[in-house]
Amino acid sequence: MQGLLDLILIQTVNGIVTGMILALVASGLTLIFGIMDVVNFAHGELFMLGAYLGVVVLATTGSFWLALLFATLIVALLGAALQIVTLRPLIGRDPLTTILATFGVSLVLQNYALWQFGPVARKIGEPITSHFTLFYLEYPWYRIAIAALSAGIIGSLWLFLKYGRYGIWIRATIQDRVMAQAMGIPVPWVYTAVFAIGAGMAAASGVLFGPLVGVNHAMGLDWILKAFIVVVVGGMGNLGGSILASIFVSLMEAYASIWVSPAQAVIASFVVLILTLLFRPTGLFVPTPK
Amino acid sequence: MSAALATAEPLVRLADVHTYYAKSHILDGISLHVGRGEVVGLLGRNGVGKSTTLKTIMGLVRPSSGSVQFDGREIGGSAPDRLARLGIGYVPEDRRIFRLLTVMENLRTGLDRRGVTENRKQALLAKVFEYFPVLGERRGQAGGTLSGGEQQMLAIARAMMLEPKIILLDEPTEGLMPRMVSQIGAIIDVLRHDGVAVLLVEQNVPLTLASCARVYIIEKGAVRHHAASSELGANDEVIRQYLGV
Repeated sequence: MQGLLDLILIQTVNGIVTGMILALVASGLTLIFGIMDVVNFAHGELFMLGAYLGVVVLATTGSFWLALLFATLIVALLGAALQIVTLRPLIGRDPLTTILATFGVSLVLQNYALWQFGPVARKIGEPITSHFTLFYLEYPWYRIAIAALSAGIIGSLWLFLKYGRYGIWIRATIQDRVMAQAMGIPVPWVYTAVFAIGAGMAAASGVLFGPLVGVNHAMGLDWILKAFIVVVVGGMGNLGGSILASIFVSLMEAYASIWVSPAQAVIASFVVLILTLLFRPTGLFVPTPK
Repeated sequence: MSAALATAEPLVRLADVHTYYAKSHILDGISLHVGRGEVVGLLGRNGVGKSTTLKTIMGLVRPSSGSVQFDGREIGGSAPDRLARLGIGYVPEDRRIFRLLTVMENLRTGLDRRGVTENRKQALLAKVFEYFPVLGERRGQAGGTLSGGEQQMLAIARAMMLEPKIILLDEPTEGLMPRMVSQIGAIIDVLRHDGVAVLLVEQNVPLTLASCARVYIIEKGAVRHHAASSELGANDEVIRQYLGV
């Protein structure tokens, strides 16, 4: 009995750590959806590209933190360019066209990574290698640092949206893009900026997560699937809901993997997704009135 | 056209503007003008193209032909954000308050423009809080929680934040209590006093005649009658024919 309790506590920590990274991926996704109704199928590839850029910058500079910073900035700029080139011309068209466009971008980025970096997974060394004792486990501090950093990034985004001048522009545009534009807010550029922010956050999570798994060209796929699940469970476009859903879904998976294999534990996410779609299609957490 | 109805240098001029929504012809060759600092009314029954006229000026609807000029330049087809920065304020029919933004944040959407100093911002805010004390009291409250009348005030105050040369007012008295209607009339007087032109779309004939120097009567997307308010007020026949009141 004592053993099970320990296990549950350990899995709670694990679930929160994974949940925070997932939240970082998902908040960009939900922000992009909330403001321009674009389901960004290339989000997982921006995550993957962030991880690869992390590998490259780390190899050149030797600093993990510089790698995190540069990968985030470069992918944010790339996101801005992608939005201007592929999505801006589609504003006002059928949303299906943006799904096809972002899906196309995801294929291009994935194959570019395969061509550029090859099929063998790369490693990002952990910047913090010390451990602490969690019951009978030597638990890496780095995992705790990931959760804290993710929370910090999401917190900064929240503060920016709440108090920043451009944050108010973003919220006004989410609520009523026509009226926002009539108030002089350059809505097409707000879209570009939001896409860049979302891309940068995906890249940051890619670098942070890199040390825990290998970096490879298909690593975005798992994450994008989970991110889509939590975005739906949290309510499409609802930032707070996505964050809560990320932690909730990750905890469910972590607890499930006490009894079944981690691969089977993923089923827990889908169960949550299906139940949400059946009973609370607007999302598990407070529906956002527009 | 009598001399009293002409304007030396119009701020807004529409000449033979046609607009379509899908296949329906909404504006059918409308022509009108508003002078600097002038308050002009647009009257007409529902669905004759009054709101579309304002949306066309604001760049929210693209004219398929004809000329739309603002301040001496052709603006037909310009983006609304550019027109807002040039000096056109828009108060839409359904107010379109940013419901989840506070009163203050709603105002800041128009205030946080390039080249507006902090002093200027404070002066503008002080001015609207003087005209609309209730907005000052509720500055931290979400826009969606205000009453209809308060939302209308916020919509007008928000447009004033742009320091516009003209405000396009779309049925500001719709659904308001009589006391609020007279307050809207007072606000229009304040705007006129500040030298802001107003193009007022209304169903309320007495308010329009009292507030506006000139009135256009629109039917089927074109101007059918154009007169000074004093003249129109004495002409029950025209009002009955076009407005049915």
